Amino acid sequence: MAQTIEVTGLRKRYGDVLAADGVTFAVDEGEFFGILGPNGAGKTTTLEIIEGLREADEGEVSVLGMAPWPRNPRLLPRIGVQLQASSFFERLTAREQLRTFGSLYGVPAKKADVMLEAVGLTDKADVRVEKLSGGQAQRLSIACALVHDPELVFLDEPTAALDPQARRNLWDVLKEISTAGRTVVLTTHYMDEAEALCDRVAIMDAGRILRLGPPAALVRGLDAPARISVASGVLEAGEARLLPGADDADDDGVSLIISTRDPSAVVAAMAARDALDGVQIRGATLEDVFLDLTGREYRA
Amino acid sequence: MSNYESFKSLARAMFLGFRRDRGALFFTVLFPLMFLVIFGGVFGHQTTSKVKVLEIGQVPVVDQAVARDGAGLGKVMKVTRSTDRAEALRKVEKGDSDAVVEQRGGELVVHYSAADQVKSGTVRGLMDSIVQSANLAATGRPPAFKVTTQQVEDDSLKAIQFFTPSLLGWALASAGVFGASQTLVTWRTKGILRRLQLSPAPIPTVFAARVAVSLAVALVQFALFVLVAQLPVFGLKLGHSWWMAVPMVAAGVLAFLSIGMVIGAWAKSQETAQAVTQLIVLPMAFLGGSFFPLDDAPTWMKTLSYVFPLRYLNEGMLNVMGRGLGPTSALPQIGVLLGVAVAGALIATRLFRWDAA
Repeated sequence: MAQTIEVTGLRKRYGDVLAADGVTFAVDEGEFFGILGPNGAGKTTTLEIIEGLREADEGEVSVLGMAPWPRNPRLLPRIGVQLQASSFFERLTAREQLRTFGSLYGVPAKKADVMLEAVGLTDKADVRVEKLSGGQAQRLSIACALVHDPELVFLDEPTAALDPQARRNLWDVLKEISTAGRTVVLTTHYMDEAEALCDRVAIMDAGRILRLGPPAALVRGLDAPARISVASGVLEAGEARLLPGADDADDDGVSLIISTRDPSAVVAAMAARDALDGVQIRGATLEDVFLDLTGREYRA
Repeated sequence: MSNYESFKSLARAMFLGFRRDRGALFFTVLFPLMFLVIFGGVFGHQTTSKVKVLEIGQVPVVDQAVARDGAGLGKVMKVTRSTDRAEALRKVEKGDSDAVVEQRGGELVVHYSAADQVKSGTVRGLMDSIVQSANLAATGRPPAFKVTTQQVEDDSLKAIQFFTPSLLGWALASAGVFGASQTLVTWRTKGILRRLQLSPAPIPTVFAARVAVSLAVALVQFALFVLVAQLPVFGLKLGHSWWMAVPMVAAGVLAFLSIGMVIGAWAKSQETAQAVTQLIVLPMAFLGGSFFPLDDAPTWMKTLSYVFPLRYLNEGMLNVMGRGLGPTSALPQIGVLLGVAVAGALIATRLFRWDAA
């Protein structure tokens, strides 16, 4: 069976900048696929080429078995694209907004109203878009992308500029989208978001895909140590270094941090010493993967 | 996919957006209407008022003339009797009356003030002609010569007849250019064009919706202007072919929309679009004859005015609405405006960009 998205050797140049430099990947049907990278990594350009908004300089793109460029009216009803939260008609209410976009796809008004409920905006139906909060506007924007029930949905940094509370709320909405059997492609520069939502992620930097796989596999493949921290003073650093499984230990005066590749052994030994006051265990994250791949700190 | 449904809902979205925009409503509808009220009010009653004549004692020459030709003389002269001679003369001095007449036998004495030369000229001419007709009548012979007058228009072009179409032209021009340029720039910078590009709705449908909304707004402006100007206070009298102003308005809307599209396609930000729109619309309104009749303007200004599309809209509407000319009198102007619309649309298409990048 053909894959939902197939991208081969994609290249796009803006002046001197290679925004996409030989990007190749495929997305399966029903998959939640993430493209992760800092600003300027080429995520948006890649996405825009797949959506059919831009023409690639080089390479092949196939979406649902069709070429997205030039503008393909047979493909467009089958994909949904979430754009930045300000892309609304001015001075229209949330309901009017959704109905207008729905009608462009031949969606009846009633169905548009159902969509409003799906993103939890029923009580904001008659509020003008200018009065919506950032999170509400973002949810409306996602509703606009889903109003015609597309098989494939693109979400470009849906949680950018949202407070942590609103981000978590939106994650629930996004998980809901993919459980309906849709294929979802998400770009984000939040590592935790990609880890929480995506089946597979492609880590991009400078127009290239550096690594591609399930987030957990990428992290495990890193073979990075876990870090266990307890309150400073419950255990001497020298003593901690000698615990079974411990690689290293360091006390900065606030916390004692033990690096280990066998956290269960270390925790068991510390429990025996009754030294688990304020314990926290942090495994490696995608941020460590990025650091490992590029040799520099990840800065969103 | 029903294109008609897309068209309808886009048009509805744009119309709601416009109706809820108080600023746009004010500047495209109320502001020009205020100008009409002010200009109509100020210049509307500039028709020369009647000559006020005071009679002292018996003045049979004048009385008989008024009795013979009451309707004609009554239009230009108002005769009042006065008994107090000194008081009557003082009134003329102060300008409250224009002349005092008294008859001494065969002599008609006219006291006038030189302060108002036009009025005093009129009053002297009037009295002269009254006395001469009386002399002629006294000879008992039919007059050898007589004058027959025929007016060219049913009325000299009253202020309201001029200001209604020409201020309406200005209102239509600014609404059209603003509407198109703001829509295009806002939609591009906000990413609405993007969203439309990603929907299966055909692009011509999107533009057709914008044109339809602008036409509807223009017809509302037209109706409001005509209704207000026809109030008894202003007294607009529409020419018999006034309906020809409707296609004229439509052609004007198309022309100004396409100019707005050019600005909107070219400008990068809303501020630029707004500034450029003002730079085009205001001088065009002045030199295109929206605020004063170009008939009295210097030749260079008249020549220059033909550069502006608004000149043609004003002239066409003035012909059929204000001057009462036949329906074909607006055809050349409609032709020019449609030409402008096509040229603008072609340029706008070449400059068009989907996104701000």
